[in-house]
Amino acid sequence: MLIVTCVKQVPDTTQVRVDPVTGTLIREGVPFIINPYDTHALEEGLRLKEKYGFRIAVISMGPPNTEITLKKAIALGADEALLLSDRAFGGADTLATSQVLSEAIRRLGQKEEVAIVVCGRQTIDGDTAQVGPGIATRLGYSQLTLVDRIESVDLKAKKIRVRRRLEGRHEIVEATLPAMIAVVKEINSLRYPIVPMRLMAEDSKTTLWDNKIMGLDENTVGLKGSATQVRKIFSPQRTSGEIIGDGIKDPEEASRLLIERLIEKRAFCI
Amino acid sequence: MEKEKNIKKPRGVARLIPGICIACGARCQSDCPEDAIEMNEKGEPVINTAKCIGCRRCVKICPSQALEMYFTPEERNILAGMAATAPGEAAVGETGIQEYRGVWIFVEHTEGKPATVSWELLGEGSKLAKTLGVELCSLVIGDHVEHLCQESFAYGASKVYLIDAPVFHHYRTETYFRAICYLVDKYKPEILLMGATGMGRDLAGAVATKLKTGLTADCTGLDIDEKGYLLQTRPAFGGNIMATILTEKTRPQMSTVMPHVMARANMDASRTGTIVRESMDINEEYLPTRVIEVIEDATGEQLDLAGAEIIVSGGRGMCGSENFAILQQLADELGGAVGCSRAAVEAGWMPAERQVGQTGKTVRPKIYIACGISGAIQHLVGMQGSDVIIAINQDKKAPIFEVATYGIVGDVFQVVPAIISTIRELRAGKVGK
Repeated sequence: MLIVTCVKQVPDTTQVRVDPVTGTLIREGVPFIINPYDTHALEEGLRLKEKYGFRIAVISMGPPNTEITLKKAIALGADEALLLSDRAFGGADTLATSQVLSEAIRRLGQKEEVAIVVCGRQTIDGDTAQVGPGIATRLGYSQLTLVDRIESVDLKAKKIRVRRRLEGRHEIVEATLPAMIAVVKEINSLRYPIVPMRLMAEDSKTTLWDNKIMGLDENTVGLKGSATQVRKIFSPQRTSGEIIGDGIKDPEEASRLLIERLIEKRAFCI
Repeated sequence: MEKEKNIKKPRGVARLIPGICIACGARCQSDCPEDAIEMNEKGEPVINTAKCIGCRRCVKICPSQALEMYFTPEERNILAGMAATAPGEAAVGETGIQEYRGVWIFVEHTEGKPATVSWELLGEGSKLAKTLGVELCSLVIGDHVEHLCQESFAYGASKVYLIDAPVFHHYRTETYFRAICYLVDKYKPEILLMGATGMGRDLAGAVATKLKTGLTADCTGLDIDEKGYLLQTRPAFGGNIMATILTEKTRPQMSTVMPHVMARANMDASRTGTIVRESMDINEEYLPTRVIEVIEDATGEQLDLAGAEIIVSGGRGMCGSENFAILQQLADELGGAVGCSRAAVEAGWMPAERQVGQTGKTVRPKIYIACGISGAIQHLVGMQGSDVIIAINQDKKAPIFEVATYGIVGDVFQVVPAIISTIRELRAGKVGK
């Protein structure tokens, strides 16, 4: 039985800054990392492997240098890494991305039965949380998003029981396998690769599938297969207000002025 | 025109304008018909000018306008000499799109209790419907939820599509998504909006995939362009930039919309409308998922962040969990709630459910007081919709001051107690009078 973990290589958006003059992104020196949510998906996959004896395959769609990210996944304990890379896949929105990922999972499933697909909640560059549901819908798997705990997996009955975290409540949900689960960061804490594994991962090979192998209609993948188009990109407009008083020398005075201003503007009344 | 036929119009070659490319994922490369574009390590295009035929596809597709056409001086002379009038652009084939009419709002609820984002969506949806000159409709799916129809009318919907059956008692992806796909196929709305909540994002992702249509997540702005397309604006790259996204060729155009960003519609209980009752034959036995248990989170004494009118928030500058007590004091004085930045959660000073920002909650209180928060972009996207923002920080260069209505540069541990005592004094004075 196979677990498939989907990962994405992303720029570390916490390190991206906007040039205040030109309003463009400063990407100089911004490293590429595994999407942080996906590291928790991989960790959860590894825990399921240890507990239930699954094999675990990691898949990613992206440019050829995504191999670095996949090797890190091998170092952590994944059994197999698969890179889905083709020019035709570039510029994909979530609809076109789930097309490629679900086809890859379907093909993996022809060799070995897929029990669970584990995804991160969302990526830090796109932040859509749409690819997981896209995969589940295309494959007809049970869809379980915002999972913060796996309660149990019953391979005989083909059932999984998870806890989902929603606004102001949690839900315990039982679903039939195969299932796609999208996990939140709180589901687990990460492990770090041990040295022998890291060395082994250096020599490991990732499998590459391009569209010659995948055989998808080019109108359903990449830019052509995307239903959304980006019309424009701009930097957010912000207007800064006023600095009140001298809070360092005279915090009391500054506080008094602030409260006066708030009362004046009717933002607050005593 | 005849005599110009033998002079070939120069087409130029594409060229990258340095420093603008955002490494969007090789859109230019994948749209190039001639394989003239390679991507470098930074994810920027390198154009092989020998192969480029000047078709402009990459220039048009680039979301950040980072590509331009380059002409040699000679070519520019030829162009200047040609007084050729540009042929009008052919209209995009929109077959089938026209049958889709109307703006639909999915009314989110938990066991019949509506989520406020639904009424915010009706407020925004009514503007879109008015611009387009179409109907504003609600979608109510659940078990014993007919009361939500009247509420929808009160908030501005003129029609409600209702599916009411026990199988919809708990939200489950497959039941709700089948119901929505059924209604969309039957009635064909041009726009479908849902809240960017746990439920909305779970549902919208499934619906859009099944309908093979575009979906834009977490929108913070919606508008209609001159062609009648829905302009969907959302933060991208962790909030560093904003992107405006369109779904041109498929319908419905779908968005999830951030809660607390749009203003709620005005309520008028006297409004009425039409209820369209629909039913679906879904057999519980064949459903793959079952909700076993719902555990309501203990709300305790603390006010819910999302509903608070005043929020006092602390960040890294609070230096420790014990120091949040003064923020709680200020919040109590103002009748508000305490929030925090991601730094405070990661340091273990505050629980995750108190976090404001991209990975936490989006809030829109009347007053937001940021104490010792530097104002990383991920935090700003979660609170910049607040009516009045007050920043208290020692570092006058902190980005939080760029969004603050009022700022005090100073030590949080001096300024916050000073604010508390100012309020107390004023109140005491008022009582004294």
